[in-house]
Amino acid sequence: METLKNRDYSSAPINAALKPADKIRLLKEMLRIRRFEQAALRAYQGGKMGGFLHLYIGQESVAVGTCSLMGANDHVITAYRDHGHALAVGMNMNECMAELFGKATGCSKGKGGSMHFFAPDKNYWGGHGIVGGQTPLGLGLAYGLKYKGLTGAAMCFMGDGAVNQGCFYESMNMASLWNLPVIYIIENNGYSMGTSLARSSAFKNCLAERAEGFGIEWDTLNGEDIYEVRAKVQVAVDRAHKQSRPTVLEIATYRYYGHSVADAKHKVYRTEDEIERYKAEHDPINLWKARLLAERVLNEEQYEAMDDAAKQEASDSITFAEESPIPSVESITEDVYFEVDRQTAAGRTGRHFFND
Amino acid sequence: MAEITFREALRHAMAEEIERDENVVLLGEEVAEYDGAYKVTEGLWKRFGDKRVVDTPISEAAFIGMGVGASMLGLRPVMELMFWSFSSVAWDQIVNNAGFVRYMSGGLINCPIVIRGPANGGTNVGATHSHTPENWLANVPGIKVVCPATPYDAKGLLKAAIRDNDPVMFMENTLLYGEKGEVPEEEYVIPLGVADLKKEGTDVSIIAHGRAVLTALKAAELLQAEHDINAEVLDLRSIRPLDEEAILRTVRKTHRVVLVEENKPFCGVDAQIASIIQEKCFDDLDAPVLRLSAIDAPAIYSPELERRQLPRPTDIVEKVLSICR
Repeated sequence: METLKNRDYSSAPINAALKPADKIRLLKEMLRIRRFEQAALRAYQGGKMGGFLHLYIGQESVAVGTCSLMGANDHVITAYRDHGHALAVGMNMNECMAELFGKATGCSKGKGGSMHFFAPDKNYWGGHGIVGGQTPLGLGLAYGLKYKGLTGAAMCFMGDGAVNQGCFYESMNMASLWNLPVIYIIENNGYSMGTSLARSSAFKNCLAERAEGFGIEWDTLNGEDIYEVRAKVQVAVDRAHKQSRPTVLEIATYRYYGHSVADAKHKVYRTEDEIERYKAEHDPINLWKARLLAERVLNEEQYEAMDDAAKQEASDSITFAEESPIPSVESITEDVYFEVDRQTAAGRTGRHFFND
Repeated sequence: MAEITFREALRHAMAEEIERDENVVLLGEEVAEYDGAYKVTEGLWKRFGDKRVVDTPISEAAFIGMGVGASMLGLRPVMELMFWSFSSVAWDQIVNNAGFVRYMSGGLINCPIVIRGPANGGTNVGATHSHTPENWLANVPGIKVVCPATPYDAKGLLKAAIRDNDPVMFMENTLLYGEKGEVPEEEYVIPLGVADLKKEGTDVSIIAHGRAVLTALKAAELLQAEHDINAEVLDLRSIRPLDEEAILRTVRKTHRVVLVEENKPFCGVDAQIASIIQEKCFDDLDAPVLRLSAIDAPAIYSPELERRQLPRPTDIVEKVLSICR
């Protein structure tokens, strides 16, 4: 991937078409994700939420770059590190933060938590907790698109740890066999929890080339450059739209925090120097900001104002979450069965729940 | 009324639903060009073509998960597992994705999928191919489980399952595929969660599901002929939702009950039924609630012994006599 580093993708058609306001919006979306997650981290440390909190900080350019390419029939599904994608597809901070707090106003009514954000109205299908478990679902979204005769793509995100799950291989096989418009996007942040890539995966040059055996087109990308992310993901989107063929992309990226906030050893399995080097040299927000300053589509004052707005929005979402009600005890057995919730004829025959 | 086989009844149900709803698609190993490993889908690929009847690779995790993903977009996939035993390699997709996506999304997404295929012992294929996972799956809130015993029920319940907007696990039995029964020409649907009194009686209630219902009916004949005992036979038909009222009604009528299933005893479906009966019908009972299940070991290969491992009519008779004398 080093060899590609100095290539300039700003002139790729999909990027040349960006207006200054579009470029600024990409920066704004990345800042919103970062400020949201920093606020969430503080709340987590303050004991405001339970469970896991898998932070996306450091990887923002990947979700923002790819989701900026979504058309009406393009869909996104991801794993448990899902806050970035959720905000990038247009979910608002309030519903997301309230979900982290386990409140009734959360996007999943407090039933899913950090790993399970969904917004089907925005073509966003989660938010999935089991490593690699979403890869057949992404295949199914692509199958559904093709079955319905729609021109679209299913962008299925996964971590570098997920490439060693069996159902991913089964899914690649069927994607190629049946010409399904799925794009598997491996966000390679170098670590599957605490195990580095070198200790977890056998490969010759990269992970994406595993697609070769299935006859699937693949590519590697430098995720810190949003121009490159957009340019290369667009190639895959075009392939899905025009040829109904799958693609496997591997995007080099980095997470600043641990696997989850509960990952106490994340400064043991990697060095402080490594983390600091990424922050200093590869931060996708700093790099994009510098790029926009150099292109003179942004000035420092605008940046500060945008950052302040993102911080304020995040802070407001904390207030919203704190002030929101806890879900009712009755709601524990709601949203289990469609037919019961709607009290259809099928929901009224027989006993569905077995407590009393 | 025409007599057709259990497998024909299933086939007719799928054909009618394919014709009724353009989103219904059959997928599974050997379901299309091979005409079905057990010929359940025979002729459907020729009749409906590549789009509606689809052969999958041997990749249960991926094709079941794919069906779940497609159902989220509004398709109604009917997925055949060649054996329900193979569900173990798709467990994450069935339980976490089909079972829980509605819940974890706070009701934003639903999963109208049917997964069907045989789930039975008794065919001498060894333990790995003889699982009866109705109790495993009925343990998962969000999932529905159906176990038909007759051609009539198989057709009506499968049509209801395909139209249902929740994931339905439909468990058949290879030993029933050739069984014949009367099935009307005109359309009908049997709602999930409604048990069926297969034989009325007064002295004892035998409650069963799946093939054990037929065993219970044979036992009832023996009881009448040889012991002058008039047994009632209740077929649960669906495990979740469960027709609790029908269970309580028959127990209150006969005051004695034997629960029969081909599943293993520990935490079997009948453990739940027994618990409900003792809690709600304690004063109606004239005898302890008895259970008869498969002998508690992995399914044995030896054909003679496997016949012995599963409940036989004479085993049921023996149980009934122990509380009716």
